[in-house]
Amino acid sequence: MREAVRRTLPVIVVVAALLGVWYAAAIIVDAPQGALAQLRPLLPAPQQVALALLSGILQPPNSPRSLIYHAAVTASSAAVGFALAFALGIGLAIAIVNVRALDRSLMPWIIASQTVPALAVAPMVVVVLGNIGLTGLIPKALIAAWLSFFPIVTSMVTGLRSPERIQLDLLRTYSAGSWDVFAQLRWPASMSFLFPGMKVAATLAVVGAIVAELPTGAQAGLGARLLAASYYGQTLQLWAALVMASLLAVVVVGVVDGARGVLVRVRGGRL
Amino acid sequence: MLRAIADLERPTGGTLVVNGMTPELARRQRAYGYVFQAPALYPWRNVERNVMLPLEIMGLPRAERRERTQRNLQLVGLSDVARRFPWQLSGGMQQRVSIARALSFEPSLLLMDEPFGALDEITRDGLNVHLHELWRTTGMTTVFVTHSIPEAVYLSTRIVVISPRPGRIVDVIDCDLGAERPLEIRDTPAFAAIGSRVRHALHGGTPHA
Repeated sequence: MREAVRRTLPVIVVVAALLGVWYAAAIIVDAPQGALAQLRPLLPAPQQVALALLSGILQPPNSPRSLIYHAAVTASSAAVGFALAFALGIGLAIAIVNVRALDRSLMPWIIASQTVPALAVAPMVVVVLGNIGLTGLIPKALIAAWLSFFPIVTSMVTGLRSPERIQLDLLRTYSAGSWDVFAQLRWPASMSFLFPGMKVAATLAVVGAIVAELPTGAQAGLGARLLAASYYGQTLQLWAALVMASLLAVVVVGVVDGARGVLVRVRGGRL
Repeated sequence: MLRAIADLERPTGGTLVVNGMTPELARRQRAYGYVFQAPALYPWRNVERNVMLPLEIMGLPRAERRERTQRNLQLVGLSDVARRFPWQLSGGMQQRVSIARALSFEPSLLLMDEPFGALDEITRDGLNVHLHELWRTTGMTTVFVTHSIPEAVYLSTRIVVISPRPGRIVDVIDCDLGAERPLEIRDTPAFAAIGSRVRHALHGGTPHA
């Protein structure tokens, strides 16, 4: 009982403090129009956001106002984007670790790709791909993958290089081939580096999918919902969609953690 | 020197013959087992699968892998922790696992590079007795590098004293204490005599003084 209190009390205090600050801010900001009771408050109070979120979630899933529906649209392009990023990231990492020339030639481009602001390029990508007949999920998934592959490459390169000299020497005394070195040592050793990278990558895939929905006049998805809400000044809708997006990120990170948990169990309790 | 025998490094000069082969051939034929300074176990494999690693790389059939692994774990007295993971074992046990792993090739030569250097003295004594028993049962040629004079005298049939920088052979000492070696043998005059000769050689004195 005391243990439970000790654990939950800090969380409760922080949440209460945040809610307090939020309420205070809402009252101050919205005071000129009469606080806490408007349809379009500048800064909605927590319970207004919660109600808007709840009504969005409780809509029938085929309704255009259903947040579940929009979240599912975003989640599917994020998931496809993440899968692409995973394949691309791991492939690049293996190439970089094995071919010294690629390490020098590829890495600068990979880093450069991340300095280009996705928000600026996303509309171009969507328009260009639309011209060659690629619409719908694919352009969004590509933008999600673009943001998402970077942490996978960097964590995987570090992980594949993590084995120590002595562990490599050991395989040499077995006269093991390079496939064995990869499969028995480098790959399993990289896992504890890959998962933190995948967590970052998964959230970036969600961000990428939303960003791709923003400027393109997409009909569906949390990004489209955000854009419409901000265009029409529907702050409640805007905040509800924002909270929904972070809930989606929580779910996505949970999936990665779940996969990690399975591997930890297979490995007897440690990664 | 051990790394040269194992073909992990090239000697600067001279020729090296490992049981009638070049070091590279010996490595390719998996003629030796190597025990490193640290256990170098793979943390994602349990004890049993660590010992199995070289056998998997050799491509042995599953049944034989199991059989050999069980036998070698028994040899080092670790059958009951086969399913544990390396981080659940003490340092001494980890090093015993790595010895079992080196034995699983059934090599004709065992190379040991200060294998007990990082362990406390009590553990080290226990492992010395253990290794000596192992050597008596298998009769395997063993090259053992150590910085400890008692360890060298206790374990060896022949001690090669090498000077530090430049590494030159200073003395070769036969160590005929017999096959039966309880730990108490270290208190006998014969043991002390050999020990002092090793110490003498190490400090650059002329041998046979």
